[in-house]
Amino acid sequence: MDTTADTTRTAARRAGRRGRPRPLPALPAACGLLLLAGCSGGSPSALDAHGAGAIRVANLWWLLFWISVAVFVEVMALLAWALVFRRGAVRVRHGQPLRFVAIAGAGVPLLILVAVYAVGLRDLAALGTTSDPDAHTVEVIGHKWWWEVRYEGRSGATANEIHIPVGERVRVRLRTADVLHSFWVPQLMPKTDLISGEVRETWLRAERQGSYRGQCAEYCGTQHAHMAFLVVAESRADFDAYLARLDAPAPAPRTDAERRGQQTFVQGTCAACHSVRGTDASGRVGPDLSDVGARWSIGAGAVPNDAGHLGGWIANSQTVKPGNYMPPQPVPAAQLPDLLAYLRSLK
Amino acid sequence: MSTTSTPSAGVGREDLERLAAHWEERPSLRAWLSTVDHKKIGRRYLVTAGFFFVLAGLSALVMRTQLGRPESGLVAPQEYNQLFSMHGTAMVFLFATPMLFGFGNFLVPLMIGSRDMAFPRLNAFGYWVFLFAGLFMWASLPFGAAPNNGWFGYVPLSDEQNNPGLHMDVYALGLLFLGISTTSGAINFIVTALKLRAPGMSLNRVPLFVWAIVATAFMVVFALPALNADNAMLFLDRRFGTHFFDPSHGGNVLLWQHLFWIFGHPDVYIIVMPALGIVSAVLPAFTRRGVVGYVLVVLAIVSISIISFGVWVHHMFATGLPQLSFSFFSAASTIITIPSGVQIFAWLATMLLGRLVLRVPLLFVIGFIVTFVLGGFTGAMFAVTAFDQQTTDTYFVVAHFHYVLIGGAVFPMLAGVYYWLPKITGRMYHEGLARWAFWLFFTGMHVTFFPMHLYGLFGMPRRVYTYPNIAGWAGWNLVSTIGSYLLALGVLLTIVGVVHTLRRGRPAPPDPWGGDTLEWSTASPPEPYNFPVLPRVHSLHPTWDARTAESTGPGASADRVLSGGRRTLLTSELDARQERAVAMPESTLKPLALAGALLLGFTALLLAWYPVAVVAALAVAATLAVWLWPPRLPEQEEVGP
Repeated sequence: MDTTADTTRTAARRAGRRGRPRPLPALPAACGLLLLAGCSGGSPSALDAHGAGAIRVANLWWLLFWISVAVFVEVMALLAWALVFRRGAVRVRHGQPLRFVAIAGAGVPLLILVAVYAVGLRDLAALGTTSDPDAHTVEVIGHKWWWEVRYEGRSGATANEIHIPVGERVRVRLRTADVLHSFWVPQLMPKTDLISGEVRETWLRAERQGSYRGQCAEYCGTQHAHMAFLVVAESRADFDAYLARLDAPAPAPRTDAERRGQQTFVQGTCAACHSVRGTDASGRVGPDLSDVGARWSIGAGAVPNDAGHLGGWIANSQTVKPGNYMPPQPVPAAQLPDLLAYLRSLK
Repeated sequence: MSTTSTPSAGVGREDLERLAAHWEERPSLRAWLSTVDHKKIGRRYLVTAGFFFVLAGLSALVMRTQLGRPESGLVAPQEYNQLFSMHGTAMVFLFATPMLFGFGNFLVPLMIGSRDMAFPRLNAFGYWVFLFAGLFMWASLPFGAAPNNGWFGYVPLSDEQNNPGLHMDVYALGLLFLGISTTSGAINFIVTALKLRAPGMSLNRVPLFVWAIVATAFMVVFALPALNADNAMLFLDRRFGTHFFDPSHGGNVLLWQHLFWIFGHPDVYIIVMPALGIVSAVLPAFTRRGVVGYVLVVLAIVSISIISFGVWVHHMFATGLPQLSFSFFSAASTIITIPSGVQIFAWLATMLLGRLVLRVPLLFVIGFIVTFVLGGFTGAMFAVTAFDQQTTDTYFVVAHFHYVLIGGAVFPMLAGVYYWLPKITGRMYHEGLARWAFWLFFTGMHVTFFPMHLYGLFGMPRRVYTYPNIAGWAGWNLVSTIGSYLLALGVLLTIVGVVHTLRRGRPAPPDPWGGDTLEWSTASPPEPYNFPVLPRVHSLHPTWDARTAESTGPGASADRVLSGGRRTLLTSELDARQERAVAMPESTLKPLALAGALLLGFTALLLAWYPVAVVAALAVAATLAVWLWPPRLPEQEEVGP
């Protein structure tokens, strides 16, 4: 089952690589009561867990949930008893049932909580284990409001998309270029904050192939809402191929339109902030655009990555994602189609 | 102010006239501005906090409307971020605490049998500062300069470089300004409850509400300095280029979080604890028996106020601090559930052993138990580090703390509003309107916030102004939005009910419910001097105890009438032995002047008019000097032990 929110886009993007569209996987049928169980039709639900860390927490949740249900039923039963049988002309009894208060209010909860605490400590220890020397390392750098992604030993960078080999542990080294962010892939692993001036580590491991939506979870200003990313878990072969492309220059323009578009890109204002591998464009302020044509979205999850949205973004991204750091671009209308053609070819 | 009460048998008409002459204030603008009467100040706190509640609630309605459907464009992100920041800041600082201070101000002197708070002028000053600080913060919103960094104001997003403009200056200065009010109020509660209790009200006869207020006041005194330090450093960083929080110059961004939550977690209990005290005050009247396990409940109150200082790191479980520290703070956060459980079961036992009278205040108490228990479960869940790392900063946590704060504070407050309206206004509320308000509020609350647990688990982060059309997010968000309108309707009906009470309510008797605490032995509303004869207390339930009535009846000791001036009685801290009468201050404009000078100073600091700030500082010093100049006191009235 494809597990991301942007099922269509992801499928289309991967289809782009493979050359033919893939049919949407059927949504699970009977949701009904299962709503709580995370059967929410492709949302990045923490209960629809596909990573070792998230699976552990999902199990922990069900333990906590059923304990809560049991205690809630008990409390409500007492309350209902009082409401039904302790009204009207019931004789008032005196005496202080301290033992009841002490046992029901303190004794029993203490036993339950000690057990829960023990389970919690076990899971905390399991989540924290990152000491795997062989694990591949991905470096993720938070920016207002996008994610820079770099792979250990590779020169190229990408944005808002993290590829990992399925079934393998991957170390994620987290830094921030500005304010606090939080790295969170609900279906794979609980969150870890990106702390200014420090480096944090977490790890990812996906048990199944697929794309998993992640999002910044620590409030980081104007466009905190649009700071999503995608973790793509793929076969080892696909992953190695992906890494190899990161060292190679971006695809060269093949048509005249693309060539003109590249010129516009390199000689115009784009290159001041963005870079494309193998060209003179080497700006470092915005995301590296060497594979922009293959990405799942524009603006870290703001809009789908298609020609229309990309054109709108270039003309005035402030209407799409108000407050982001890309000013409206004075690209002449005649040059825009060429620029789009070039950018779309970068995949 | 009612003047219709009959003279007590033990006190002559002449005494009553002298008391009235000393304590009554003729209505005039000057009297309105200069009063130091704790009942008037308490009412003002309640009305002003209620007003800020409505403003913060309206901003929530706008937010819920925006989130009703995905990719909505009702408000821009910059506006939305100011709305949620002001919503949180105002609900916590300008509504919850001041509202409870309002109850405390009105009730504590009445419950302990005193004629006023220990420091009436400080009390008036605290109110004016609260009012001015609240207006100071809200006034920034129409200028688009309101705080925009959440109520938690994390650095470095709140520093000058990442957040230019006045937004976070308003936040830092506003909270520092308000802190003056909260701190002075807290100190006043502590001294009042320790020194002004009626003779015989030893510590084991202090009403649970007063215990809760005192424990809260101690928490304020210990917690607020951390927040003040945080905001002072933030303002220095922003305005004067210091580097407390700047890692590139050796500062530390986590310092802000530690200090903020050292304040912020106790603050949860600062909000909830007095509200739990209200529950303990309301229950006896509607169950016809005292709260079961008085000593256990007091122990629970005291232990919560201590343990709450040891749990702050559970707000930081995702920051990647060392695991060993997590295990300690997880343990503390788990264990603090116990005293809350003790209180819940004490109330349940009270209801099971008593005889329920299902009037509106008890309805709200039942609504409180249902809601607060659910919030308690998710609270215990957050103590489990791994679960917290998954759900913190999602809508699950939004659901949790609204269950705790609305369940644990607003439901009890509304119970208290209906319970004490007859005492405060002298009129009875409309039962039918109140029941409608309850059911709308209760339904709206659960329809709004229960779904947030779900879409939080489904991966929706909090503090986002919009979200993509993800299955499970969009539908449930719409449900929440519908619920928020029901909730708002409940609040509207509550306001209508209060206005109706003031206009049309039938006159209330002194004790419409058969309450067990001393405020019910006064007229409704109470006389300006509260008690013609300060009562002597013999048990935990003084108004259920015939000896209390005897102590103010024929043959009452004249040294508890104290009609020779504005006086009240000082007693010893532990066993409330009568010590001596003390003179209480007359009404004065000095508190208003001092608060006004402070407002000028903080405004000048905000707008960087530093010369004006210097002038304001001089004005503050001058007002303080006049205020503190030793007064010529009337001769002390000697009273026997």
